[in-house]
Amino acid sequence: MPDVGPMLELRGVEVRFNLKRSGLFGVAPQLKAVDGVSLSVQRGQTMAIVGESGSGKTTLALAIARLVPIAKGDIQMGDVDLLSLRGESLRTHRRHMQFIFQDPYSSLNPRLRAQNIVREPLDRFGIGSVQSRIDRVQELFEQVGLRQDQLRLFPHQFSGGQRQRIGIARAIASNPSLVICDEPVSALDVGVQAQILNLLRRLQNDLNLTYLFISHDLGVVQHMCDSIAVMYMGKIVEQADRESLFNNPKHPYTQALLSAVPSADPNRRNRGHRTTITGDPPNPIDLPPGCRFASRCPLVVDQCRTELPNLRVVDRTHRVACHLVE
Amino acid sequence: MTEPLLSVCNLTVEFTIRGGVVPVIDDLSFELAAGETLSLVGESGCGKSMTALAIMGLIPSPPGTISAGSIILQGEDLVQVTDARLREIRGNEVSMVFQEPMTSLNPVYTVGEQIAETLRRHQGLTRRQAQAQAIQMIDAVQIPLPDRRVHDYPHQLSGGMRQRIMIAMALACQPKILIADEPTTALDVTVQAQIFDLMQNLQKETGAAIILITHDMGSVAEMAERVVVMYAGRKIEDGRVEDILLRPQHPYTRGLIACVPHLLDTVTSDRPYLQEVPGMVPPLADFGFEGCMFAPRCNLVKDMCWQQKPDATKLTETQSAACWELASNNGTTNA
Repeated sequence: MPDVGPMLELRGVEVRFNLKRSGLFGVAPQLKAVDGVSLSVQRGQTMAIVGESGSGKTTLALAIARLVPIAKGDIQMGDVDLLSLRGESLRTHRRHMQFIFQDPYSSLNPRLRAQNIVREPLDRFGIGSVQSRIDRVQELFEQVGLRQDQLRLFPHQFSGGQRQRIGIARAIASNPSLVICDEPVSALDVGVQAQILNLLRRLQNDLNLTYLFISHDLGVVQHMCDSIAVMYMGKIVEQADRESLFNNPKHPYTQALLSAVPSADPNRRNRGHRTTITGDPPNPIDLPPGCRFASRCPLVVDQCRTELPNLRVVDRTHRVACHLVE
Repeated sequence: MTEPLLSVCNLTVEFTIRGGVVPVIDDLSFELAAGETLSLVGESGCGKSMTALAIMGLIPSPPGTISAGSIILQGEDLVQVTDARLREIRGNEVSMVFQEPMTSLNPVYTVGEQIAETLRRHQGLTRRQAQAQAIQMIDAVQIPLPDRRVHDYPHQLSGGMRQRIMIAMALACQPKILIADEPTTALDVTVQAQIFDLMQNLQKETGAAIILITHDMGSVAEMAERVVVMYAGRKIEDGRVEDILLRPQHPYTRGLIACVPHLLDTVTSDRPYLQEVPGMVPPLADFGFEGCMFAPRCNLVKDMCWQQKPDATKLTETQSAACWELASNNGTTNA
């Protein structure tokens, strides 16, 4: 893979799910879980995707990994057109793109020993000789902070944090260039979270990994990401680099999201600038014609209810989809 | 100081497991004043929820028993009272909101019926009165169209609305104490903010005291006035929120605050690695160890810590911690 240009580039990606039709002659409604998402992830960086549950962030990750069918759009990884890959070529391409899952309990096969779980990608992609695979597994165990005497244990003999380390070792086994981390620490206890987050950053430095980091925890995202995209109801509403987004959030939804996080930092709390948003998001099957945030937005004007705002550049790397942002 | 509303004294709850009898709550004492918000903080498996269940008289038995101590609510010891009396107290004087609103609501009854049941049981209202009151409660927790929502089943509501219903149910009889066990863990941050606002407003109206169980220091800062930090069944530090957050003394409390990437007000390009607390909470079988439970993970550990359990040392008028390191230089703490 060439070393120039972005690692991953998405243009107008759309994922639709067909729902059960109502009645015998009813039309099956479609749910656009991801609606025209464009973004690019730079090499060796971490791109975070944040949003509330149901905003489509996990579906987007699954789409990039080609694990859900994509209705429209274009995904380019390096110089490979991901959507043109089929069958065997798709399977072999997956060695460059691995996944770390949220739940370390259900994402490991309970009947395989830890060493075989980590070894599986090496076997599947035919990487190295059989002897070298054994050495590689030992090396991976060391990289993620597991002991050699744990090689032959089964998943249930590990704690949650250790299981997530096995999941990470498996993800980096095939030397991928892109690792998709879907809520990698949200199932873990706070003390263990720090250990895993530090491990992910260390591995990124050592192996020059590119992360697509999905999380709803803005504190974690702020700590981990280089750039960030905020999703709401299947669309990106704001996208910027880390400092620009957190120091100067422009979209009312991003502002509300940030101010909703309870903070232990007294400076942040004493500003008392909490913008609470009321109500629930609109029904995703029957979306309003205008801005999807209009029904909850504190700054809403008439234009918002009729016209869908486009994501446009407001300041170098900063893109916002809101009529009211200059 | 005036008489506290609730005082937990030397409470010990023991579980019989395969390895023998272990204390899941070990000699725990704290007090709760009327109308205040107290937070129990710690990682999972530290006995926070067990403390809540003990107050509610809901310790699963077997394997659990309250083997020592007392829980005094307005002069009445909840450890000694009969089951019938406990049933009167639960829901009426003390009520609880659980973490997962979907599993704690009954899926085959409408939410209105479930709120009304509490009212009929404890306040002796008629069916019609209870229904009317239920609608009022649903309105009080700011769910739109309460007279229609009252006929909805739990699956028809969103997660945030279900948690509001749980709160409505818990507050229906105007309890003196509301125990909220991780009430917002399953919810999005914007909904969490709504729920916290709601709880604070209702607390102002009804004057209920709140015990908030959480592991998130941000929620503690937002909601609580005092904090009890628990580790492996023991209280290791307590004090006022400002003191605990800005001047934590026990190495565990310090670690618990430092290891979380808190959302910062101003972001710079400087990003140090997070401070780790090595290891994890010990398994249940190791509880009741005669030394300090935190010794294996502590960076200030000394011989004493392995041999004897540290007692709470009073550091200031309002803050105390159980740690040998702090006990040895008591009075000259780096506050």
